[in-house]
Amino acid sequence: MNPFMISAYLLIAFMVVSVSRVALGPYPQDRVVGLDTTNMLVIVTMIMLGVAFENVILIDVAIVYAILSYVATLYLASYLEGRS
Amino acid sequence: MIDWLIMALLGIGLFFNFIAVLGLHRFPDVYTRLHASTKCNTFGSIFLVLAVVVYGLARYQPGPDGASNVVLVLHSVVALLALLITHPTSSHAISRASHISGYLPIGEVDKLEEDKEEK
Repeated sequence: MNPFMISAYLLIAFMVVSVSRVALGPYPQDRVVGLDTTNMLVIVTMIMLGVAFENVILIDVAIVYAILSYVATLYLASYLEGRS
Repeated sequence: MIDWLIMALLGIGLFFNFIAVLGLHRFPDVYTRLHASTKCNTFGSIFLVLAVVVYGLARYQPGPDGASNVVLVLHSVVALLALLITHPTSSHAISRASHISGYLPIGEVDKLEEDKEEK
């Protein structure tokens, strides 16, 4: 089995733990941290899957996802400050 | 040889991503969680993309067939650069916002209040 595919499966397992922080987190700040980590793991998983499937389109999607999740996280941070 | 190098780089990257998720799950408040997730996640992602770079450059051959591997490497490096710029910045924004909104760190020691309570 392709080692990149195995690492993609392991990253998906890590993503489950990170989403559990979004579900469990006692305060909204903790949920935002979990969401940020999940976004990061999604980007890396897309790169791994793009290499495993020999498909460059997935890596292009990862670039766009990185920038869009950055904008979303900044919006959430400005909401937490109470300035939304 | 190249396969072992790729596996070692993937192992280092996965280990640091695992440490990041473990810290996210175990640490008590938002600042320590950001500390664990941001640093270890960024470091692990650097090694995972480095494995992709080694994989693509090892399979490089001149001609039109080898071009797809170079495209793979270049796009992965661009994705890594986007991630290296955006992830620490967004973590900084989250920590600043949570400090402004009044989230105090757990374990903050206030010796003056303790002395007042004892007297």
